Amino acid sequence: MSALRRFLDSWLAALGLAIVLVVLFGALFAEFLIPFDPDAQNILMRLKPPMWRGADGVHLMGTDALGRDIFSRLVMGARVSLLVGVASVVISGVVGVTFGLIAGYEDKYVGRVLMAITDIQLAIPFLVLALAVAAVVGPSLWNIIVILGLTNWVQYARVVRAECLSLREREFIQAAHTMGIGVGAILVRHLLPNVMSSVIVISSLLVAKMILFESSLSFLGLGVPPTTPTWGTMIADGRNYISHAGWIATFPGLAIFVTVVGINLIGDRLRDMLDPRLRQMEG
Amino acid sequence: MLAFLVIRICYAAVVVFGVSLAVFFLIRIGGDPTTLFLPPEASAEDIARFRHVMGFDRPLPVQYLDFLHRALQGDFGHSLRYDQPAMALVLERAPATLALSGLALAMSLVIAVPLAILAAAYRGTVVDRISLLISLIGQSFPAFWLAIMLILLFSETWGILPPSGRGGFEHLIMPSIVLATYSTAIITRLLRSSMIEALQSDYVRTARGKGVSEPRIILKHALRNAAIPTITVIGLQVGALLGGAVITEEVFAYPGVGRLAIQAIANRDFTVVQAFVLVMAVTIVSINLLVDLSYAALDPRLRGK
Repeated sequence: MSALRRFLDSWLAALGLAIVLVVLFGALFAEFLIPFDPDAQNILMRLKPPMWRGADGVHLMGTDALGRDIFSRLVMGARVSLLVGVASVVISGVVGVTFGLIAGYEDKYVGRVLMAITDIQLAIPFLVLALAVAAVVGPSLWNIIVILGLTNWVQYARVVRAECLSLREREFIQAAHTMGIGVGAILVRHLLPNVMSSVIVISSLLVAKMILFESSLSFLGLGVPPTTPTWGTMIADGRNYISHAGWIATFPGLAIFVTVVGINLIGDRLRDMLDPRLRQMEG
Repeated sequence: MLAFLVIRICYAAVVVFGVSLAVFFLIRIGGDPTTLFLPPEASAEDIARFRHVMGFDRPLPVQYLDFLHRALQGDFGHSLRYDQPAMALVLERAPATLALSGLALAMSLVIAVPLAILAAAYRGTVVDRISLLISLIGQSFPAFWLAIMLILLFSETWGILPPSGRGGFEHLIMPSIVLATYSTAIITRLLRSSMIEALQSDYVRTARGKGVSEPRIILKHALRNAAIPTITVIGLQVGALLGGAVITEEVFAYPGVGRLAIQAIANRDFTVVQAFVLVMAVTIVSINLLVDLSYAALDPRLRGK
């Protein structure tokens, strides 16, 4: 428990954790929290302003152009954002850490080829790559998760490789090698545990980025299919009504912003606690 | 130094070649775009003829080698949509994107560099807190939403700036603010932590002991060393920053290469997407090459190597 206490020593980190817990709670129990069916259209109730500005005050955050309740859609959208954020980071982590471990331990031929692949990845503007692939394979929740996962692993690979290059010279790794332990076992049992703190820090900050990326792709209409309420598609919907129904785009944007701030606060705290050196290796 | 330069340039060429290979195959996983360009009532023979004329009926590796052969002669294919050379389309829009990115980068540096220096020099004070707050907020803003909110405020409500398009300087203000937000946050954060580390180093202590003035220590001794890791990461982030330009251009209907790329993707205009990605890759690789070379300028120890 002392780790948690140390984590909460910073009130900003506590605030971040509180934000993330609220969003997580909303995502998990969305069905019980929403006052309206998020997809129910009601042409009589279209473009109603938020409760505190409207006369009839039934819709907390107002309604969109089809009369759907914005608050209900916002809560359902939390589910997509968190799912995409976490699942895509898991994929990136697995790919990037594997690359980094191998490239850091065997830096002769395999390692160089792997690092060339990361440089190629870095030379392609990620968003364009993701858009192009999304346009070709078609928008679906799982496609987006895989695309984001496979286009954002470079940071893991670079950091893990750099750490492995120095760990490799340490006595316990040399000893394991001399004892005849196989490469796979050295990578997984001896190197992996030693890079985990960096991996945790990168992952926490990457979840925040992934949520931003997903909302960007959905905003451009190439993310999650438009039938699923997501924060990005809600902003895209609201964009056309910006002059007279600004609330449609405002609330989902605030939701993204607050969630991402919360996750970044957690990530910053984890970095300070686990791996201060990483400050200069990330971006 | 010369050998280093030659090796780096060769490696850069290999990376660009790898990018061309990756992009060529990735945008074709969905099959050829024949049906998008022919009317639904096109006969089977018409479709077959179109595919043959466009070369879509050949095996992908053959198509790639053909593409590479032509590309090396400066022919990057015709846009399927606009009936113009793809590369010309991209290059025609490049100055607009360059103006936007350049202004955004200048804005970021003007804000981030002094802020980071002050934050590191007066660590733990109000200035430092503000710098942390700015980098947190800047990193957390969805760019497209910030763009919409700025349009709501400056165009719809106050009517002082044009909401979209390209023309005079006033068309550049909002897009470059949006584009600068993320890079300002990143540069502030990286430079601040590098500066803090540099200010605690032995050479700074030595300089202080020798009685060198504090501004000189900060600007000459610490900043020079802190700049290296910061520039490295900015170099690595160029791809992400250019990706940000794509979204920004789209929201502001700003006619740069990013908007062209999004339209090309929507139209399955393969040749334009390819030309765009290659131009971007060459830009990114060149910037990183310059970053490597700039180390020599910043760090005398590396000059001999």
